[in-house]
Formats: sequence, C-alpha cells, structure tokens
Amino acid sequence: MHFDAFDRYHETESFIHRLDPRVKVIVTVAFILSNAFLPDGAWAAFGLAWLFLLFANALSNLGLGFTFKRSFVALPFALVAVTVLFTIPGEPLSTFHFLFWDLTVTDMGLLRFGSILVRSWLSVQMAILLVATARFPDIVHALEHLRVPMILTTIIAFLYRYLFVLVDEVFRLLRAREARSAAAAGLRSGGSVAWRAGVAGNMAGQLFLRSYERSDRVYNAMLARGYTGRLNTIHPHEMRRIDYLATVLALFMILVLQLIERI
Amino acid sequence: MHYAPAPLHIPDGFLNVTVSVICWIITIVVLGMAISRTNKNLGEKQIPLMGIMAAFIFAAQMINFPVAGGTSGHLLGGALAAIVLGPWAGMLVMTAVIAVQGLLFQDGGLLVMGANIFNMGLLTAAIGYGLYRSVMNKSTGTKLAVAGVAAWLSVMAGALATSLQLWLSGTSNLQTVVIAMLSVHALIGLGEALITVAALSFILRTRPDLLGEGSASAEGGRGWIVAGVIVSLVVVLLSPLASAHPDGLERVAIDMGFIDAGQAAPYQIIPDYTLPFLGATPLSTILAGVIGAVIVLGIAIVTGRTLQKKTS
Repeated sequence: MHFDAFDRYHETESFIHRLDPRVKVIVTVAFILSNAFLPDGAWAAFGLAWLFLLFANALSNLGLGFTFKRSFVALPFALVAVTVLFTIPGEPLSTFHFLFWDLTVTDMGLLRFGSILVRSWLSVQMAILLVATARFPDIVHALEHLRVPMILTTIIAFLYRYLFVLVDEVFRLLRAREARSAAAAGLRSGGSVAWRAGVAGNMAGQLFLRSYERSDRVYNAMLARGYTGRLNTIHPHEMRRIDYLATVLALFMILVLQLIERI
Repeated sequence: MHYAPAPLHIPDGFLNVTVSVICWIITIVVLGMAISRTNKNLGEKQIPLMGIMAAFIFAAQMINFPVAGGTSGHLLGGALAAIVLGPWAGMLVMTAVIAVQGLLFQDGGLLVMGANIFNMGLLTAAIGYGLYRSVMNKSTGTKLAVAGVAAWLSVMAGALATSLQLWLSGTSNLQTVVIAMLSVHALIGLGEALITVAALSFILRTRPDLLGEGSASAEGGRGWIVAGVIVSLVVVLLSPLASAHPDGLERVAIDMGFIDAGQAAPYQIIPDYTLPFLGATPLSTILAGVIGAVIVLGIAIVTGRTLQKKTS
C-alpha cells in the first residue's frame, strides 16, 4: 500500500490549492460554525451558503459538483433526527400508521428536520473540500500554527505516517485468517460468535504487539537521524498578502450570510 | 479504501452551537490535563509510541468478525487503549484517532468533534481504566472479567452521552433516541467486550511486562478508580431513567433552561439561561454555558485534589 493511500487530496492547480492551509482550516471551521448558528428555516441564508460552497468548488478547479458527489457520507446519521418530524408541535401535515403507532408529521417538525439535514449537508461538503485541496500533513502543520498543542499534532502526524503500514499488517492478519478458515461449500467455517470474536481479539492483540515493537524500531531509527522531540518541515508555511485577503473576504461573506437572516 | 463509519460519530449539523461549545470546553480542559501530565511524566520516546499506538487503534478498528446475517462486529478501542497505555495517553491516542476520522474521512464533524472526543475518548478511558485499575492486583481471571464489563460499559456510556447531546440539541426525542442507541450499542458493546478481553488475555500471555507493575498501564492513581466508578454508576442509573421515565429528565432540563436553549434557534433562548448584561445573544448563551462548565470542572478538580491528598 502506498503511503498516501488514505489521503483525499486531489492534485491540481488552482487558487484554493495555492492558499495557505491555515486559511482553508479557518474558513472551513467558520463556515461550519455559521451553519450551526443559522436558525431553522433560514432558507435564504442556507441558499447563499450553498452558493458560497459552489463558488469555492469552482475556485478549486475540481468541478462544480465535486463536493456534492461525495456529500452523502453523513446521511445515514439523519435517522436519529427522524423523531423531530412527529414530536415538535405544529400544524399536522399527514398521518400514517407505523407498526403500532399513529404518527403525525407536523409542519414545524418538517421544518426542523429539513434544517438539520441542510446544515449537515453543507458542513460536510466544506470539510470534503478542505481535505481535497490541502495535503493532510499540511493541515496538521496548519493546526500546529493555530496553537493546537504540539503533542497532539505530532501524534496525529505519526498516526497518518504509519497508518498505511499498520493497515497492511491488518490485511496480512485478515488474509491469514481467511486462509485458515477453510469451509465445505454451503457450510460456515469456524465456531460460535464468541469464538469468532475471540479470534478477532487475538488478532488485535497480535497487532498491538507488532505495533508496539515497531514503535521501538521507529524511535531508534529516528534517534539515529537526529530526532530531538519535534518534527521539522522543509515547507515553512508563510501567509502572503493574498492569503490574508482571502481569509478576510471569506469571513466577510460568512458574516453577510449571518446578517441577512437577522435583518 | 474500505472504511466503515461507526454509528457514534456525530456529523456536523446535528448538535447545536451551545451543546457543541460546552462539549469542546470540557474536552479541552480534560485534554489539557492529559497533555500536562503526559509532558511531565514521559520522555520524547513516548511520542512516537503514542503516534503508532494511535495508528494501531485506527487499524485495529478494521479487524472485524462476522456476527449473523451479513453484519459484523469490530473494535472501537477506547477502553483497550486506556488499559494498555494508561489513562492520559489513552485519551490522547483516542483524540488523535477521532481527529483523523473527522478531518480526513468526514466520519464525525469538526464543530462537534469536542462531543465526539468526549463520548468516545474521554468517557471510555475513565470507565475502561478506572474499573480495570480497581482490580489491577487481583487474579488474571478477575482482571479480564472486569475489563470485559468495562469495555461494554464504555460503549454504553458513549451511546448514552451521544443520545443526551442529540436530545439537548433538539435533534431527537429523548426516549426514542436513548432506547434505540442503547439497544443497538448493547450488542456492539458485547463485541467490544469480547475483543477487548481476548486481546488483553493475549497480551498478558505473551508480554505480561507491558501490563505489570511500573508499566504505563499501572501509572494512573486511585483517583481513576473513583472517576471510573462514578461515571459507570451515572450510566447505569441514568440509562433506565432516560428510557423509562424521560419526563423526569425533561423536567430537570427545562428547569435548567437547557431544553429551550437547545430546541429554539440559539438566539431565541429564554433570558434565564443568558447573562443579563449581554442580552439574549448566542454569545451570552455560550458564556453562560462556559461559566457553568467551569464551575462543574472546578468542583471536579477540587474533589480530585482532596482525594489525591488522602491517598498519598
């Protein structure tokens, strides 16, 4: 497996790709925060937020529908919000029978449900755009600049750096289990559920020991190369004038979004 | 790349600003304690170790086993991480895992990441480590049994906390979400318990030194036992209450002004839950939340200190 197998970065040349990763992190968080602040049924502001997102998509040279295509990851979670359809008081819209309940959808319930989905859908798209336009190590470096404690950013950097190695290790363990678990056609191999969970647990224990011992070797190798407790980069990030300008403009647009709803 | 999202990762949009910010504050304070403890106790060697252990938890979540009808169980790892790495390091490792899942895979949101870290990293460490620590010097059988119970409870605690946050944000009906979340996670928790016990017993057989006296696993103080038992008791007592008598809990929340803060838009909340000089603005709600959280944490820290003095 290649070391960047997990990265969601899309290599291309664009205005957004060239921006400092700090700008992208700040604007993404501000956008998501802004969505959370918009009240239910603020359709005008939600629409403008969507335009802002499309604009960002266009500037990133990835195609207008880029984030839309990937935006359904959070959809299954919408299930937890279904109850608001029936429990918020309001004008009844329609009633139907489900198992042994009579459920009435209210207009206020529908409004709330729709607003939760739109907020989530807009927010997740901006997060997708962030990782598509900034390399993950750059994002981690940006977090460091934004005063996230170094111990955390370093752990995250290591996690990203060695994830593919350990996932390879997991694939080897899974392949070995597959190879041991021969079964006659039509019959299931292996014992009870508890037995199978035990096998998975032994694999997790095995993976732990291999990882633990690997961390020793990694540490010694790093020490040999002059590791002093902090990670250095050969790409120092610098905020240029255009980066400041882009941050101010984007934050201003987000502020306008908020104000439109308040007037 | 195959990557299965877990049902506990809340995406952005499902929690309101007040609940998200309060969860962030609690998480930041606890992580601050974890960072200062870790920086004090551990050398530079621990950082690569924790980084690779974070990758281990992430990768271990991919080890699944078939349950029935095409579904499969897999590890979440919060309790296991705290037991093998010690509670503070376990929290930092889980935080890194949740941060990468949210940032890179959009599995869990950014604004709600504080809540996700609290549910899956901090609560799990407190329960997992606290209960395990209480039987540290007992026989292997007892240790494994308690670790299994702790792993199951840690998943239930995460599910309960997630449900309560969703309810306080006005996203779900209390009774429905608590019953649904707890019943699903009672099963997921069984898988978690079985894998955790098997993995621990494997490590105890092959490298007992990693879990014995003087290891990272034994570093936590007695305060952890108290914390673990208290959190476990809250989960055990609150779960049936929330699923059978939600009215009582709703009543408390209404009296505290939480419900209105959650179910109305953030700037339409009742004045009782805001700071008078700021008026009914989101800033005021958040500040009121901050002050509340700081008071609760202050009490927690003072209690912790007193307990520490008694034991040392």
